[in-house]
This record gives sequence, C-alpha cells and structure tokens, in this order.
Amino acid sequence: MAGPQMTGQRVIVVGAGPAGVRAAEALVAAGLRPLVIDEGRRDGGQIYRRQPEGFTRGYQALYGTEAVRARAAHETFDALKESIDYWPETLVWNVSEGQVWTHRDGIADAVPYAALIVCAGATDRLLPVKGWNLAGCYSLGGAQIALKAQACAIGRKVAFLGTGPLLYLVASQYLKAGANVAAVLDTAPLSARIAALPKLAAQPDLLWTGAKLTLALKRAGVPVLSGVTPIAIEGSPETGVSAVRVRTASGSERAFECDAMGMGWHLRPETQIADLARCAFGFDAKTGHWLPECDEDGRASAPQVYLAGDGARILGARCAEVTGELAAMAALADLGRAIDTDRRRALLSAKAGYRRFADGLAQAFPWRGDLARAVSDDTVVCRCENVTAGTLRASVTVGGATEANRAKAYSRVGMGRCQGRYCGAAGAEIVAEARGCSLEAAGRLRGQAPVKPIGLSTRRAGA
Amino acid sequence: MSGRFQRLDERERAAVMFTVDGEPVRGLEGDTLMVAMLAGGLALRDSEFGDGRRAGFCLMGACQDCWVWTEAGERLRACSAVVAPGLAISTHQPEVTWPDLK
Repeated sequence: MAGPQMTGQRVIVVGAGPAGVRAAEALVAAGLRPLVIDEGRRDGGQIYRRQPEGFTRGYQALYGTEAVRARAAHETFDALKESIDYWPETLVWNVSEGQVWTHRDGIADAVPYAALIVCAGATDRLLPVKGWNLAGCYSLGGAQIALKAQACAIGRKVAFLGTGPLLYLVASQYLKAGANVAAVLDTAPLSARIAALPKLAAQPDLLWTGAKLTLALKRAGVPVLSGVTPIAIEGSPETGVSAVRVRTASGSERAFECDAMGMGWHLRPETQIADLARCAFGFDAKTGHWLPECDEDGRASAPQVYLAGDGARILGARCAEVTGELAAMAALADLGRAIDTDRRRALLSAKAGYRRFADGLAQAFPWRGDLARAVSDDTVVCRCENVTAGTLRASVTVGGATEANRAKAYSRVGMGRCQGRYCGAAGAEIVAEARGCSLEAAGRLRGQAPVKPIGLSTRRAGA
Repeated sequence: MSGRFQRLDERERAAVMFTVDGEPVRGLEGDTLMVAMLAGGLALRDSEFGDGRRAGFCLMGACQDCWVWTEAGERLRACSAVVAPGLAISTHQPEVTWPDLK
C-alpha cells in the first residue's frame, strides 16, 4: 500500500494489459507510485496473457508475430513491480464519488483516486446463432485462451465462425498447435476485404500476416469460406455441439461436423467502469458501438477519468500501448506535471495510423446486425437465461418497450449473469428492427454495479 | 479420454487429484478448474433454464457460464479458479440456507 503522503496524488490504473502497463510505466517515469488493479492472476491482459508458472512454451509459440511486443510488455511490468502498488485478482466493480470499489476474496474496499485511468479491454462481440447455447460453443477469444494459457484445444474438431482478424488468427494457431480445424466460416464477403485494402495498408505487416494465415489454412486443406450465412449449430443438450450448418456465398447449404465452435464478430469494448464513473457516451455509426466520449489524449467527460486501450475504442493491442501512455500523460498534465510534448505528438500520430487501420478492419470484417435481426423467434438471444428472440421481440411489439433497457426489464435479455456482454449488441439490433427505429434510437444497456457478480457475503474491508 | 478439451502441449506437469460430485478427477498442476474438469468430462453444470448442459463460453471471466461450487457452498468461476489438491467440487448449486435471524 502507498503511504498516506501518496494518497492525495494517487493515480489508479485499472487493467494490466498493454494499455495499463504503458500507463503505469509513464506514471512511474514521472515519479508517481500508481496503484494498478487487475482482475487477472498475472499481467498481460487477454492479448498478452501469460501462461501459468511452470509452463514451458516460449514467446514465439505463444504470441507468434507479436512475441517481441508481448515479451516487452511483460518485462516492463516485471521491472515496474517495485515502483507500483499492484493488486492482481482484484475486481473493480463500481466507481462512485471519486473512489473505485474493489473486490477480492470476499472483501470489498473503496479506494480514492486523484486520477483514474481505465484500461478495461474488450470481449468478443457475438451474434446469436440457433444452437449457440449448446455445450461446446465458445467465444473466439475463449478458444484462444484455452490454447495460449492452458495448451488445450476446445474440442477434437473445431469450427470457427464469425468475422475479423481473430477468426483467422485463432484458427491458424489451432492448426499450428496440432488441433483439427473443421472449417473457418467468415460472414464477411471477400469483396469487403478487397475494398478495405487501402486502409489496411496503414499496417502493412499486419495485412501481410493476415494473408499468410489464410493461405496456410487453405494449404492445410481447411475449408475457408467467405460470405457465409449461419443457419444453425446442431447437437444435443446432453452432449453438446455435433455440427454447424451455413449457407454459402453461392446460396448452397453446407454442414461441417465438429464438436466445438469458436465464435466472434470482432470485439466490443468493456465500458461499464467508464459508465459508472458517469462518462458521457456517443454512438459510433462505423462500428455500431456506444463509446465513452474522450478527447484524443483519452480525457473522458467525467473529471479525473482517462480512458485507454480497447475499452475506449477497438484499436488493437499495438495501439493500446500508445493510448495507455497518452492517457497517463494527460493525467500527469492535469495534475500539474510537465510532459514531453514531442513524445505526445509522436504518440498522437501513431494513434492516427492505427485508427485508419481499425477503420479498414471494420470495413473488411463488418458487424452483421442484419443477421441478428433475421434470427428465428425460437433462437436463443440470451445464453444466460435461455431467452429467445421471440420473447425479446414481444417486449417491443406487445410490451411496448421503446429501447434496450425497457426491453431488458420485460424480457430479461441483458439481465442475466453476463450482464449483456454477449447479447447486448445483437439485442439492440432486434429491438431496433421490432420497433422500426435506428440502432442508435434503440439505445445502449446501462452499466450496473457490480459490473460482475460478487457474493452477498462480501464484507467491507476493516469491518 | 472422453473429454471435451484436448491437451496439445504442456503435458509434463505433476498430477493434482480432486473430486467432482464425489468422483475422483485427475488434473495437472496449473490447470484451471475448467480445463481439469473438461479434459475428462463434457460439461461443468446444468443450465438452470432447462436448455441442457453447459461447459463455459468466454474463458476470461466475463460470461459467468462456468460457475461451479465447493462442497462448502463457495461459488467458483471455473475458468479463473486454479485446481488444488483435495478440492471437492459440486456441479450443482448447494441448497441455500438462510441464517436464523430470531
């Protein structure tokens, strides 16, 4: 714990992924001793997640083309440990009146901050597909974590469905690790990728990596299909997934036998902490995300709150290092510290390049809200509580709900244990369609404390 | 092996014995509970909403689909909890007993 002389200037960083690590590094370089609070057991976030102590695979095997960056982030954080306060395995579940509320091992505590830098990261963005509630369906990120952190494949024969760079990356990582990949099924048409090439050229090495991965999958004989429409995931409630059925770009139907699915349509930012800190939000029409508003440096609308990494806007892990440092510099400037303006300009310029690349990705691998709108009434939208699209539609057409929060109150879509993380994006599309309004008018699910379930038996620290 | 998850590497770790619903299960040191349970099994729990067995979804602590319980009644997220020798896991939520407030 920091001594009392520090608490008046205490800067709290939430998250120890690439953004959080670089933010902490910049704060330490300025002579502060920040408190880094992270839910993970070890630093690295999800993208540079570290395998448990005692595992032996090397950086190249774990992180591929990003091995140098992953190692640098880990080594930086290791070197910082003496100069920061670090609370791993600690959940930030609320922000109120200049304090973050933490939870660890059944103990809750309130910690005041002079500045709060939120680097909360992202989770997979999901579309409901009939049968996705069967055992054996996982998010793409989850499929990757099984491999990266535990050296496991999620099944004997794994099909990947969705869109985005992660779809090809995870599939090729599985292939390389010796797993059996049944198919890679992309809902984005090939034409979208070609149209996005000029923007994707902002990061030529990433573009090249993507092309190589796809080629390697095809060479290995894995069916790689673009422009598919998911029909259903088949299987039994007892044993789980047994196949996935899609309509191909040419209109024919194809089924792929598999016992596991990795699914995801790119990422969505984790914005609950920013929401509870009372940051203003705006609708981003390009991606369909509601994003906490912030300036180019990461200053949010709420005082003393700064946002960085994919939790602020999905710009990728490389850019998270840039925005993490920028947010720390903004906090330092607001605390009256001098900052290196040349460094700031260079970071802003790097961020602009990543932003162009992210726009390219959004164009190449578009979110398919239309697929959510078209699901059958008996398709489960909320996996947590087995609530169907029909029930959600009725909350609008019969119940008279006009936006997502009222529809949630009526149908419970968004009220289950994931708190809308995996149904919120698709749910808003279904509400908009049922009401005949824009996606923006369908609104966004408000963040609620606690942002993840904590036990009723939780005690206040010191009580 | 009849498990859902397939171990592809890092197999040379010490065994950790624990129980699931009273049956002995062998995991490896450093396994999450989820991996230890799904390396030899197909699911972690039943959906409370009648749509079958569940085996987790996100593996990053966001979806809460992988809840299991200790015999003492403590709820664990199987994707983030680490297996420990002698752990006794229940795949069914224990009966809630309310304290006597008289």
